[in-house]
Amino acid sequence: MPDSVSTDMSTDPPPETPAGALLTVEDLRVSFPGKGWRAPRAEVLRGVSLDVRPGETLGLVGESGSGKTTIGRAILGLVPVHSGTITFAGERVDRVTARRRRELSRDIQVVFQDPYTSLNPSLTVGDTLSEPLLGQGYGAREARARVARLLERVELPADAAHRLPREFSGGQRQRVAIARALAIDPRLIVCDEPVSALDLTTQKTVLDLLLEIQEQTGVSYLFVSHDLSVIRFMSHRVAVIRHGEIVEMGEAAEVTAGPRHPYTRALLLSAPVADVAGQRERREAFEREFRAREAGTGEAVI
Amino acid sequence: MSEGAPIAPAVPAAPRTGTVRRLLRHPLGLASAAVLAAIVLAVLFAPALSPADPGVSSLRDAFGGPSAGHPLGFDSAGRDILTRLLYGGRNTLGGAVIALSVALALGVPGGLLAGYYGGWFDSAASWIVNLVMALPAMVVLLASRAILGPTVWVLMVVLGFLVTPAFFRLVRGIVASVRNELYVDAAKVSGLRDPRIVVRHVLIVVRAPIIIQVALVSGIAIGLQAGLEFLGIGSGDTPTWGAMLNEAFKNIQRAPSLMLWPGLALGLTSGALVLLAAALRDALEDRGTAPASRRRSRRAASATPAIPAGSAVSAVSPGTGGTPQVTNGTPADAGERAGLLSVRDLAVSYVLPGGGTREVVHGVDLDVRAGEIVGLVGESGSGKTQTAFSILGILPEGGRVSRGSVTVGGEEIVGMPERRHRALRGSVVAYVPQEPMSNLDPAFTVGSQLVEPMRHKLRISRAEAVRRALDLLSQVEIADPRRTFDSYPHEISGGMAQRVLIAGAMSCDPELLVADEPTTALDVMVQAEVLGLLRRLQRERGLGVLLVTHNLGVVADLCDRVAVMRQGRIVETGTAEQVLHAPRDPYTRKLLGAVLDDAPARRPWQPSNAEVV
Repeated sequence: MPDSVSTDMSTDPPPETPAGALLTVEDLRVSFPGKGWRAPRAEVLRGVSLDVRPGETLGLVGESGSGKTTIGRAILGLVPVHSGTITFAGERVDRVTARRRRELSRDIQVVFQDPYTSLNPSLTVGDTLSEPLLGQGYGAREARARVARLLERVELPADAAHRLPREFSGGQRQRVAIARALAIDPRLIVCDEPVSALDLTTQKTVLDLLLEIQEQTGVSYLFVSHDLSVIRFMSHRVAVIRHGEIVEMGEAAEVTAGPRHPYTRALLLSAPVADVAGQRERREAFEREFRAREAGTGEAVI
Repeated sequence: MSEGAPIAPAVPAAPRTGTVRRLLRHPLGLASAAVLAAIVLAVLFAPALSPADPGVSSLRDAFGGPSAGHPLGFDSAGRDILTRLLYGGRNTLGGAVIALSVALALGVPGGLLAGYYGGWFDSAASWIVNLVMALPAMVVLLASRAILGPTVWVLMVVLGFLVTPAFFRLVRGIVASVRNELYVDAAKVSGLRDPRIVVRHVLIVVRAPIIIQVALVSGIAIGLQAGLEFLGIGSGDTPTWGAMLNEAFKNIQRAPSLMLWPGLALGLTSGALVLLAAALRDALEDRGTAPASRRRSRRAASATPAIPAGSAVSAVSPGTGGTPQVTNGTPADAGERAGLLSVRDLAVSYVLPGGGTREVVHGVDLDVRAGEIVGLVGESGSGKTQTAFSILGILPEGGRVSRGSVTVGGEEIVGMPERRHRALRGSVVAYVPQEPMSNLDPAFTVGSQLVEPMRHKLRISRAEAVRRALDLLSQVEIADPRRTFDSYPHEISGGMAQRVLIAGAMSCDPELLVADEPTTALDVMVQAEVLGLLRRLQRERGLGVLLVTHNLGVVADLCDRVAVMRQGRIVETGTAEQVLHAPRDPYTRKLLGAVLDDAPARRPWQPSNAEVV
């Protein structure tokens, strides 16, 4: 993979930190130990800056290995930050004590990609949902009542609390995961590919649920996905990430209709659409623009 | 899995019975538990049960046979054997309990910490554990006896140290893998403290293996201890089973029967422990603590005994090769059968664990002509992969074609002998799987994985096969075939791996390619290239392709015709244009309605709907 990542400076520079931003990430760098003895550290994020405003959805789109998931995990405190800052509601949260991190869980929550492994198979749905409540010091009875309301909120039957995850379909499990994220009224939910393991029709209903929840509660989403059409449907603004750097960021309509960065354009054109004539046009445009130069390196050249 | 599915699962969840009950229903489990319980009780109540005092000896009775009040007779020193046996059991089992307690107290928390936190503690602890494992247990025990004195209990503590690695390594390994589970991350994000996470999410997973390990290690501890005593290294006058054996051995010429009782006690205890461990494993692993399998069909398949797909169905319809079974109500062009691939009224059934069968594909009609790409579209659980697998004759265990006819190149393959079918696969039909990486063997180079099948199938020389493999690699648009040829699978990307698999599929010049979600695991740009490659192969070689996919965009891109599957039936077939642009079936319309391609981008964010910071 060529290292000549063109950070096209004609594209939007990361916007100035707006005063009202809920979450601000500046020049975030994350690296992991290299494989092998004394191997250099592998840089996963190379200076990412972004912000999410209250009630806003910021879509993060990129290919596998681009680092999009790592951004979410860094915000959640699940991977160590090498340098840069993460500010949540005016407070630096990139290096906080374990106690403060636990308190932050009241405000920052997550919905993971895989609803099959993000729920403990041996805990009932009720136990899973009351976990964050107990963490915040709810009593058992309060927690039970809250779990019932949560299940209702994500349109699952009330008796679901007594069942094990394996008794549910993928879409229903993802609803459980959403309910867990909502349990303590967070202000930001990191959605890490929440629908990529789901069927098409299920995907739509889960996305609709997420939108509806946002409208009602004003929660912000950092929505990570590899699927531009999902991102466009969900996000107010979109950031395109490649090799650990944001190559383009802007309003959803702008980025997905008139992308400025060639990488975004290649992403857009290479995703097939369910329209025979339209897809032929896109394919030809893609081949004209990107494939002609070199074939068979396993990557389109941009 | 579809959202609308009722909460009741397709495969009934195993009833959540208690582990203990399940163990006792296991005949070996029940027997071994009963034997162990009897031994433990007898030993616990030794003072009440034994006819004499363990220390009392009357030389008059030495080697005396069984008599009233002394059912097992007397040993060489005139001591009552039953008494010695019961009190000896106390010491033997007590010693094992001490060794186990030490091992558990050190190994389990150590393993938990090392596995959960990793870091320096993990490195240091693993180093020490490896060192302990390298020590020969018997030699260490002999040495510690020399240094610490001949007390059984001290030796048992040393033994405890020596068996600690068994627990440490077990727990550490499991915890290290659980630590990376998403549900542990979710618990962290939920604000739980580490001890709580460990108790709720981690201990539950290591509990079962620890219990099994305890049963196994107690057997080992008892055996080692008896061995020491037998060698005469224990404390001289404490009655233990090993000491009794030692004494019996000294008098084996005079009274061979003295060996019997301690030997029996040892054998019974160790045997019962091993059998109990096996039964416990069965009982605990049945609990469903493992993450549920993702594919419903696979889950149904894995639980049942094998029925070879080819042989079991030979009775179904052996002679239907030339007589098409036209079914009504299917919009497929059912009358005339395509020359390359023709499927009529195909049904696939699985044997259920509790007996009986479940049909997952109910009467599918499908045709692929030469040079045609047909898409088989559906959501998970629709039976599309099962249909593809039956065409290839590679249904998982427990599954079989229960009805219908499949012809490939005019030949009926339902009921075809496996040998003949195998010859057909690869020469006429080839398969491109979904996960490119897991379908390449990491231990062999890409080249050898291409060359070997060709040498076997085409019976050509090695040099010729290598030449063909390089040629194939360049045909699948790999820039540097030689380098890829010499690479191991981990050295190439996912897209490259999929090209290699397509090259492998093309190696014997097939007429029909069955591709099961060939681009699902790939990024969109790589997907576009692989789709382009399939299109080119179809055009240049007149290849027929059956493309199983859930992605309607892929269908629009590549397919001439489409069949839409739902719940094991084809609900609609037609040209790609017709199905995508003028769908007739409500389900197809629903599928298309869920496509987000045409959904408008979300409107820009308005501060008005924001909450107050």
